[in-house]
Amino acid sequence: MKNNGNPYIPHAATVEEAWNETYGDRCIRTFKVVFDDEEIRESWEHRPGQCAIIGILGVGESMISISSSPTEGKFLRFSVMRMGKVTKALHQLEPGDKMMVRGPYGNSFPVEEWKGKNILTIGGGIGQAPLRPIVEYVKANKDDYGDLTTIYGSRTSDDLCFRNEFENMMEDDSVSCHLSVDVEEQDWPHFVGFVPTLLMEVNPSPENRIAITCGPPIMIKFVLENLKKLGFEDEQIYTTLENRMKCGIGKCGRCNAGNLYVCKDGPVFNYATLKQVPEAFA
Amino acid sequence: MSEKILNKDKWSDFVSNVASSKQVWTMTGDDTVTFTPCAEAEEAPGKVLNATVPPKNVVFPQTETLFRFMFGQLEAELPEEAQEAVVLGLRPCDARAMNIVDDLFSWDEEDTYYQDKRQKTTLVGLACNEPGINCFCTSLEGSPASTEGLDVIMADLGEKYYLQAITDKGDKLLADVSGQLEDASDNDKKAFQELAEAAEGKIKRGIDASGIPEGLPNLWEHELWQKVSEACLGCGACTYLCPTCHCFDIQDELEGFKGRRCRMWDSCMYGEYTLHASGHNPRPTRRERTRNRINHKYNYYVEKFDKIACVGCGRCINQCPVNIDILNILSKVKEAL
Repeated sequence: MKNNGNPYIPHAATVEEAWNETYGDRCIRTFKVVFDDEEIRESWEHRPGQCAIIGILGVGESMISISSSPTEGKFLRFSVMRMGKVTKALHQLEPGDKMMVRGPYGNSFPVEEWKGKNILTIGGGIGQAPLRPIVEYVKANKDDYGDLTTIYGSRTSDDLCFRNEFENMMEDDSVSCHLSVDVEEQDWPHFVGFVPTLLMEVNPSPENRIAITCGPPIMIKFVLENLKKLGFEDEQIYTTLENRMKCGIGKCGRCNAGNLYVCKDGPVFNYATLKQVPEAFA
Repeated sequence: MSEKILNKDKWSDFVSNVASSKQVWTMTGDDTVTFTPCAEAEEAPGKVLNATVPPKNVVFPQTETLFRFMFGQLEAELPEEAQEAVVLGLRPCDARAMNIVDDLFSWDEEDTYYQDKRQKTTLVGLACNEPGINCFCTSLEGSPASTEGLDVIMADLGEKYYLQAITDKGDKLLADVSGQLEDASDNDKKAFQELAEAAEGKIKRGIDASGIPEGLPNLWEHELWQKVSEACLGCGACTYLCPTCHCFDIQDELEGFKGRRCRMWDSCMYGEYTLHASGHNPRPTRRERTRNRINHKYNYYVEKFDKIACVGCGRCINQCPVNIDILNILSKVKEAL
C-alpha cells in the first residue's frame, strides 16, 4: 500500500522479532519490524529522536518513539509500554504478525551538531526508548564524538529496559555506563537510589558535553536541577516531550505545549527553548 | 469581474441550475440550522442570519472516512474523491474562517482530504444587512460585507440579489449559470455599498484586539482564567460551533469485518482531548482548557500563521448554555495586560 501523498495511510510492516523487556501490568515489549513494501523499506529514513505512528487496523494508532538508530539497519524498533487500547493490542503481536506504521514524525536530536562533543544520556523507565537511538548512533560513529556516558534507572531491576544491552555496555570500556534501581534489592550490584542522585554520584563534567534526559516528569525535573548544579548551561541540555497525538502532522491540535506542536516542532527540545514554554512541563 | 442581478422569484431555478453540475450546500433546518447538500431550491436565503453550525463541514465533515479496510487485512480503500461543490448563502465571517483554517491544513504536510474538497468548493456569500446582537466581525478585520475568502458575494436588495464575482472561480460560476441572471446596474452596486456601510454601523459589540496576542503569554498564571472558566460545563459547544476550530480525533470503527478509520471533530474543552494513556493530563481542569482555547485563537495561531483564529461570528456567545462570553474574556484579558 503506497500512500500517494496521503499522510494518513499507514504502511504494512512485519514483526520480525518481539520480546518483553519487562513484565507485569504495565510491561514493556520491544518489536523489531520491517516494512513489507521494498520501496518503502529502502526509502524510509529516520533520525535519532523521531517517532512513528504505529497501530492495528480496527483498533487504532499510537505515536511511539523509534528506539532503533538508523545505523542499525533497515528495520525499526519500538519499545511499547502496555497502557491503553492500542498498546494492549500491540502487545499481542508475535513474530510474523503485521502492524501498520506511518511516519517518521517530528524533529530529531541534532547529532550532526553534536559532533566532537561528549555525550551524556540520563534515562528513567520507558524514557530510555528515545535515548537508545542516540547511544547506538554515537557507538556506531565513535570517531565523531567524545566520550559516551549513559545513566539509566528504574523502580526495580525487573523494570529495566534493554537490560542485556546495558550489561554488555558495562563490559565495554568505550562507554561509561551506570544503572540504578530506586530501592534496595538482593543481588543488585549497582547503585541504589533515584536517577538524579546517581547523576550527582557520576558527577560528569559539563566541559564540551551535551546532556539528554528523558523519563517520568518528576525525574526530569530533578535531573534538570542537578545538571544546573553540575554547571551545565541550558543550551547543553536536551529532552523530549510527549503528549497525546492523533495526526502526527500538526493538524489535529491536541499535542501543543504552548505554541509548539510536540509532533512537529518536537519531540526534541533544547532546555533553553523549553524554559520559555509555559505548558512544557505540565 | 462580473456583476449580476438575480430576482428572488428565480431563486429556485437558479439553485436547480447550479445543482445540475455541482453539489449545492445551503442553510437548512428550523431550530438548528446547518449547511446540507440540497438538490432543489429551498427558500431564498436571508431569513436566518446565520447557520447554528458553520459551513466548515463542507470541507471538513463532522465525521469523515479516511479509508476503509477489512479487519485482518492490510489494504486501505480510499473514499471517493469529492465532488465540485457550491456553498450558497454563507456569511462573510464563515468564508474568512475558511481562509484562516486553510493555512493549518496546508502547512508543511498537506491534508489531502481537506485540500481536495476545498479546491473544488466555490463560496457564494451573502452579505449581512442586519448583523446579530453578538456579531463582532468588525473587531477582527472582517465586516458584514467582507469578500475575503469568497468567490462571489451576494447582497439582498429586497426583491432581488446583487451578485458580484470576486475570484475567477466565482466569475466562472456566474458565467455557467447565466440563465437566471441579468446584468447589474450602477444603482444596484450603489445600493449594495450603502447596505454594507449601514450594516457595519449596526454592529454593537466589539473589542480592540490590539495587544492581546503579544500580551497573552504574560497572563499565563493570571487569576482571570480561573474566574472565566468557573461556570464552564465543558460541553464543547463553543468549539464545535466555531468556524475556525479544526481539532479532530481519529478513531477506528468496525462493523463485523468491515472497518473504517475516520476522523471527527474534537474539542479542546474535553478532558479526554489531552489525557495521556497513563492517566496524566497536562490540562486537568477547565481553567487550563479555557486558557488553551483563548491562547490558541489569539496567540498560538497568530505566532504560527500570523492570523487571529477568530472571526467574530458570535456563535460561541450565542450558544453557550451558561453565557460564557468570549468578548467578556477578552476584555478581562485587556484589563490585565
